[in-house]
Amino acid sequence: MEDLLAARTQMALSLAFHILFSVVGMAMPLFMVLAEWLGHRTGDPTWTELARRWAKGTAITFAVGAVSGTALSFELGLLWPRFMEFAGPIFGLPFSLEGFAFFFEAIFLGIYLYGWNRVPHRAHLAAGIGVFISGMASGAFVVTANAWMNTPAGFTLGPDGEVTSIDPVAAMLNPNALSSVLHMLAASLASVSFAVLAIHAAMLRREPHNDFHRKAVALALGVAVVGSSLMPLTGHLAGETIAHTQPAKLAAAEAHWETEPYAGFLIGGWPDEEAEVTRGALHVPALLSVLAHGDPAAPVTGLKDIPKADRPPVAVVHVAFDLMIACGLTMLAVAWSGAWLAWRHGAVPTHPLWLRIATFTGPVGLVAVEAGWTVTEVGRQPWIVTGVLRTADAVTPMPGLWAPLLTFTVMYVVLGVLTVLMLLRQFRHSPAQPPEVR
Amino acid sequence: MLAFFAGAVVFVALTLYALLGGADFGGGVLDLFATGPRAARQRELITHAIGPIWEANHVWMIVVLVVIWTCFPAAYARIGTGLHIPITLLLVGIVCRGVGFVFRSYDTQRDEVHQRWSLLFAAGSVLSPLMLGTSVGAIASGRLLTDPATGGPRDGFITPWFSPFPLTIGAFTLALFTWLAAVYLTVEADDHTQEDFRRRGLVAGTLAGALAFLGLALGLREAPTVIGSLLGSWWSIPFHVTTLLVAFGALAALATRRYRVARVLTAGQVVAVVAGWGTAQYPWILVDELTFDAAAAPDAVIRVVLAVIVAGGVSLTPAFVWMYRVFKGGTVLQG
Repeated sequence: MEDLLAARTQMALSLAFHILFSVVGMAMPLFMVLAEWLGHRTGDPTWTELARRWAKGTAITFAVGAVSGTALSFELGLLWPRFMEFAGPIFGLPFSLEGFAFFFEAIFLGIYLYGWNRVPHRAHLAAGIGVFISGMASGAFVVTANAWMNTPAGFTLGPDGEVTSIDPVAAMLNPNALSSVLHMLAASLASVSFAVLAIHAAMLRREPHNDFHRKAVALALGVAVVGSSLMPLTGHLAGETIAHTQPAKLAAAEAHWETEPYAGFLIGGWPDEEAEVTRGALHVPALLSVLAHGDPAAPVTGLKDIPKADRPPVAVVHVAFDLMIACGLTMLAVAWSGAWLAWRHGAVPTHPLWLRIATFTGPVGLVAVEAGWTVTEVGRQPWIVTGVLRTADAVTPMPGLWAPLLTFTVMYVVLGVLTVLMLLRQFRHSPAQPPEVR
Repeated sequence: MLAFFAGAVVFVALTLYALLGGADFGGGVLDLFATGPRAARQRELITHAIGPIWEANHVWMIVVLVVIWTCFPAAYARIGTGLHIPITLLLVGIVCRGVGFVFRSYDTQRDEVHQRWSLLFAAGSVLSPLMLGTSVGAIASGRLLTDPATGGPRDGFITPWFSPFPLTIGAFTLALFTWLAAVYLTVEADDHTQEDFRRRGLVAGTLAGALAFLGLALGLREAPTVIGSLLGSWWSIPFHVTTLLVAFGALAALATRRYRVARVLTAGQVVAVVAGWGTAQYPWILVDELTFDAAAAPDAVIRVVLAVIVAGGVSLTPAFVWMYRVFKGGTVLQG
């Protein structure tokens, strides 16, 4: 296997693995904190039991996220030393801030998980809120750094490509930062609420009167409605930003070849990169111009105006983009239909068909996260830092990169399977009613 | 001057990582050696001691990484290139340790399942300090040299670390962390396991001492720059006299069951080891290859990072104090 391909595969695998645990680690604290707060307010111990169960899930995913995140910090240097030598000082600021956010998260989580009987109620809840805020902040800082790779800012290059001055704050406030962060944070809420919803909906199908799972479905559905509704809004902001800052990525996502006004929005289809056409797609006239620039007459840059050497792999990005949107629309439909059922019956939706749909659509949010991440990362290729450094020029000179790739693949596959089994085990046995108060 | 402060931050964070995170790895090693009639109780104490705090302790390593790559990017790139293999093994160890520990805490408590996770936890806890120390040994021995013709490592990807000196430093790190963990646990144990940890601490401490002398002897030939500085500087004699006294004091306190004294002195020993290494290595960040100044990022960058470190450190302190007061209150803050 070619070393560059091995390095890219290992990085993609590590990120694809880590991102799942990060989104869960970011969003789960909200669930446990809300449940604990409801437990305090209503005096209903079922809520408190729910908070404890969710806290266990958070503990497992946080640990896996923390170790896979450590691995990633090293892998940046192991696989892309020339990238880190160039970019380290420029985008180090958000990583430094992330380090401290991670510190707070780990401290508050330790207190939350092990402090149920050691600190007062309010302090315990406050620690949980601290976990949620610092977790979201961690995610925001990491995405900020990634946004810099997409829209680099805050440095000047000399005639030989050497960095002549650095403004770390300007690098952090790069053009893509805000829209990427908002989209990612909303995505963590939406995707995780669907996974949680699915687990408890499945249990509720088996035991329709179990109050524990009813409450869980109610809370997850609430977060799902908010989260899935934020996705198109933040996604639109991200799309508009990319239209201005990364036309090649937008063109690849849309498999859009000709620079033209009244550009159409393509749904589905297969881009033929040799013939430079997209076949079999559903075409919505002028919609791309409207979405990208807010004006049907605005021209949208097509791939033909981007040199072949600078184009991302079109098919992968386009398919991932459509998959992300399909998953997003599915989430909207499931969440809002659930909300409608709840409003009509004035109760947690227990309609068997809806519960079945909610069970099977559990993974769509996480699939959307992976697909969206693919659009961002593959859509940036062939650059590791857009327009400045090519991925091929950043890879380590170390030979035999298939060996670490194999190591990480085996490790992550085994770890992924074990973690899923472990998480399911936490929820498989629903507590008796009413749950004992510990 | 700014580069000096950033370098100091790296070594302070490494010291804290050794004192806190190192002891968590040592706990995993002791888990492997949990034997005898009180084996289950020993494991229980280890779990109880590291459960709430290991993740926060682990963040010190992230701080070390981020400060190196932001403030000394050229060094980070060369470390990642030349030490690719031991660092990959270190990562495998870190992953196995963390996952083994958490799964053991949350899986069913059936014996055979528990043992499987314990093995993963312990294996990771052995591998990580071994590879961390080996990497440090490779850096200190000055063999991460760049070949001017190719821009890659002159000595390849294996010999710089797979040699007697770096591997001895790896084994020394493992023994040191185990010693530290055993001493911490003697303070936290309140039953007969105290004696178990005392014996293990004495063994690990003695081993650490022997490996330190072996490392010095091997280093004379393999790491001449750092060992030369460690033995031939104006501060060498007072430093070594103090370190030896502290080491013997720590072992003597452990032998005579003065556990709190032993804890202070053992921790002091770890601080002395990292400080001695850092001082002997200065001004090199990668010995004989790259100095702190040569590797340093522009001042504008280091200034911002130092500001974040100071602000972050100040705001973190109350949270750290809270955590240690809640979980180690009886042994740390009132002790």
